[in-house]
Amino acid sequence: MGELPRWREGLRAYGLIAGMWIRSSMAYRMSFVITVIGNLLVTGLDFATILLMFSQVHSLGGWSLPEVAFLYGLSATAFGISDLVLGSMDVLGARIRDGSFDTLLVRPAPVLAQIGADRFALRRLGRITQGGLVLGYALLHIDVNWTAGKLLLVPMMLVCGAAIFGALFVAGAAFQILAQDAAEVQNAFTYGGTTLLQYPPAVFGKDFVRGVTFMLPLAFVNWVPASYVLGRPYPLDLPPGAEFASPLVALAFCALAGLAWRAGLKSYRSTGS
Amino acid sequence: MGAGRLYAAVAAGGFRRYATYRAATLAGVFTNTVFGVVLVYTYLALWDERPHLGGYDQAQAVTYVWLGQCLYATLAIQGGGFEKDLMERIRTGDIAVDLYRPADLQLWSLASDFGRSLFQLLGRGVIPFVFGSLFFPMALPTDVTSWAALLVALLLAILVSFGIRYLAALSVFWLMDGTGISQAMMILGIFCSGMVLPLNAFPGVLGDVVRALPWAAQIQMPADVLMGKTDPLHAYAFQAAWAVVLLTAGRLMQSAATRRVVVQGG
Amino acid sequence: MTEQAFIELDRVEKVFDVRKKTGFMKRERRQVRAVDSISFGVARGEMVGYIGPNGAGKSTTIKMLTGILTPSGGRLRVAGIDPSRERTRLAHRIGVVFGQRTTLWWDLPLIDSYKLMHRMYRIPDARYAENLDRCVELLELGALLDVPVRQLSLGQRMRGDIAAALLHDPEVLYLDEPTIGLDVISKAKVREFLRDLNAEQGTTVLLTTHDLQDIEQLCSRVMVIDHGRLMYDGPLAGLHEAGESERTLVVDLERELPPIEVPDARVVKVEGPRQWLAFPASESAAPLVARIAAEYPMVDLSVREPDIEAVIAKMYVEQAEKAVS
Repeated sequence: MGELPRWREGLRAYGLIAGMWIRSSMAYRMSFVITVIGNLLVTGLDFATILLMFSQVHSLGGWSLPEVAFLYGLSATAFGISDLVLGSMDVLGARIRDGSFDTLLVRPAPVLAQIGADRFALRRLGRITQGGLVLGYALLHIDVNWTAGKLLLVPMMLVCGAAIFGALFVAGAAFQILAQDAAEVQNAFTYGGTTLLQYPPAVFGKDFVRGVTFMLPLAFVNWVPASYVLGRPYPLDLPPGAEFASPLVALAFCALAGLAWRAGLKSYRSTGS
Repeated sequence: MGAGRLYAAVAAGGFRRYATYRAATLAGVFTNTVFGVVLVYTYLALWDERPHLGGYDQAQAVTYVWLGQCLYATLAIQGGGFEKDLMERIRTGDIAVDLYRPADLQLWSLASDFGRSLFQLLGRGVIPFVFGSLFFPMALPTDVTSWAALLVALLLAILVSFGIRYLAALSVFWLMDGTGISQAMMILGIFCSGMVLPLNAFPGVLGDVVRALPWAAQIQMPADVLMGKTDPLHAYAFQAAWAVVLLTAGRLMQSAATRRVVVQGG
Repeated sequence: MTEQAFIELDRVEKVFDVRKKTGFMKRERRQVRAVDSISFGVARGEMVGYIGPNGAGKSTTIKMLTGILTPSGGRLRVAGIDPSRERTRLAHRIGVVFGQRTTLWWDLPLIDSYKLMHRMYRIPDARYAENLDRCVELLELGALLDVPVRQLSLGQRMRGDIAAALLHDPEVLYLDEPTIGLDVISKAKVREFLRDLNAEQGTTVLLTTHDLQDIEQLCSRVMVIDHGRLMYDGPLAGLHEAGESERTLVVDLERELPPIEVPDARVVKVEGPRQWLAFPASESAAPLVARIAAEYPMVDLSVREPDIEAVIAKMYVEQAEKAVS
C-alpha cells in the first residue's frame, strides 16, 4: 500500500479531521454564529483596552492610535490564524492524562496532524475577524509612504507571524508531553506574546526588547517590519534588511518546533505516560 | 464535629488540593510574572503621557499592576475556582447528592474556595508581587496598619469574588449549560475588575458605572486601601455591601434551585 | 527455511525508570522491568489469549505490538514490520480495541467516526459499505449510528469500538480487556462475534483479559505473563496441568462424619456436615462424585473452579522455588 510523503499524509489527515469538526459545528447554524460573535467579543477586549487607554492619552510611547492599531491588527490576526489552525494543541496534556493520546498512535496518520486538527474550532474566526477589522482601520489611517516593499511586508507579516505563533503552539505541546500540568507556560508565551506585540517596542525597556528580538524573536512577527513600514526607528540597532528577515525567523522557529515535537513524541513512546 | 471545625477542614482540604498541583502553580507564577511585566511597561508609558492618570502616580500604577497579578488566581478573576466543578456537577446531576447532605452547599463551597484562595495567594500570587517590587519602582507603604488594612480588604474581596461566582454557577440549574455564562464571567472579570486598566482611569460614565459594580471590590478597592488612596472604611463598606447582596442572592437562588433539582442524566 | 511467524517476539524487553520521592528533596530511581525478555510467535489465523494479573505486562506488550511504545531491547515484528519504526505503515493492517478507552471521537456521532476511518484508512468504498453493514448487523449498531459516542453505554461503545477496529479489514486484531465492565449478554455477543471473525475471515486475534471465561470460550492457545515474564505458552488444558491447579468439590453430607477418604482427592476443610475436597483440575469430577455417592450419604454438592490468579500465583511460586533449589 503506497503512502504519500509524510507531510502530505499529515495534511490529508488534518484536512479529514478538521473537515469533520467543521461540518459538525455548522450543523447548528444559529449557535455557530453566536459562538463566533462571542469569540470576537472576548478577543476584541484587548483592543477595547487600547481604546480605553487612548481615551485618556493621545499617544503611547510616541505612537498614535492608528499606529498602535496597526501593530494590534497584525499581531491579533496572525495569532488568530495560528490559533485557528493549531490552537487545539494546548489540550495535549489533558489527553495524555486521560489516556486518549495512545489511540492517536494506533491510527495510520501522523500524530501532530491528528492533535492539531482535533476539536478544530471554526469559531476562532472571531479573533481573526476582529484583528482584520482593526488592521483595516489602521491601514486606512496610518501615514505611510507606500513602496512595493512595504506593501509586501503586510501579508508577509501575517503569514510569518502565524507560522511563528504556530511553532510556539507545537513546541508548547511537546513541552506538555514532559510536564502535563504546565499548559499555562505555553500560554505565557503565546497569549503573553500576542499581547505584548500589540504595544509599541518603544514602550518596553531596552533589555526586554533585546530579549524579544534576539533570544525569543517574537519581534519579527510585527515589531521589526512594522517599524520599518511606519518609518519609525527601532529601539535597537539592527543590521540593514532586518525588516525582511521574518521568513527566515519563521522558518527557524518551525524547524526548532519540529525537532522539539519529534523529541517529545520519542520520549513519550519510550517512557509511556 | 461542630460546624466550625467541619468548614475549617473543608478549607484545609481545598488548600491541600491546590498545593498538590505543583507544575500548574509554577506555570501560573510564570504566566503572572510575564503578563505583569508587559502591563508594567505599558502603564509606565501611559503614565509618562499623563502623570496623574486616575489619581495615581507612576509608582502607584506599578503597584496596582503587581497587586492585580497577585490576586488574579486568588480571586479567580477569569474563573478557575470552585465554580468549574460545581457547574459540572449541576450539569451531570451529581449535585443532587450535595444538596441532600447535612452541610450547607454555599458554606461548603465558600470554605473550599477559601482554602484554594489562600493557597493561590501564598503559593502563587506572592511571588510575582515580590518580583515586581524588586525590579520596578513600587509605592509600598512601610507601616503595618496599611498592610493590615489590605488584609481586611482582601478578605472582603474574597467574599465578593465568591459571591459572584456562586451566582454564576447556580445559574446552570436554569441554563443547563455553563459555557455561555463562563465566557461572560471571563469578560466581565477581566474588564470590570480593573486587570487591564485601573478603574480610576476609565473615562466618563463608563468609569462611574464600572466603579460601582461588584468587580471593583476585587482589585481596585484593595489597591486603593494599600496605597492610602481611599478611606479604608469607605472601601470596606462598599465591599461588605456587595458581599451581603451577593451572598444573600446566592442563598435565595440556592433554595430555589434545591426546590427545582432537575437531575439530568448523562 | 522456517516460516516467519506473523507476530514475532524475540527476547523483547521494556524497562521503565520510576522515580519515587523518598524524602523532602530525595528521589529514588528504580528500574521496573515491565516486560522481561519475552519470546513467542503467533501464526496467521490463530486466536491467542494473553493473560496475567494486574501489572503483569499485558498492556505494555500490546502497546509495543501496536507501536505506542518502543521496546527497550529485543526484536519485535508484526507481518515483518517493526512497529516502532514504521508505525503508520503497520497501522493500516492492525485493529485495536482498548477496553478502558475508546478509539472513537468522543463528541461526534458514531457514524462520523466511521466515515473518518473510511477516509483515513483509505478503505475502498464498496468494501467499507460491506464491512459497515456487516458490523452494524452483527453487533446491532443500527439504532446507535447517530448517537454521540459520549452518550453510549459501555457495552454499546465497546461494540462500536470493535466495528471501528474492523472496518479496514485488519490482518490482526488486538483486544485489550474487551469484556471488562460488560454485562453477561454483551459479553456473550462479543465472544460470538470474535469467534465468527476468526473462523470466517481468518483474522489473527490476540486477546488480553482478566476473564478466564473469555479464554475458555475463544482461545485454543493461551500465554500466561506475570511480572513481565512468560510463564506458560500452550493449550488451555495444559495450563491447569502446568499450574497443577485444583478444583474444589464441596460436599454436603447427611451428618457430620470424619474426613472422606477417596483416591485422587484430599479433604482440605471440614465444617460440620460440609467437606471441601481438592482434586486435580484436569480430571473430571464425575467419577469422583460417583465414588463418594456410593460410599457416603451425600445430600448435595457443588464444584468450584480454580481462578486464574491462584493458578498463576502457584506457578510463580513454583518457578521461584525451582530457581532457588
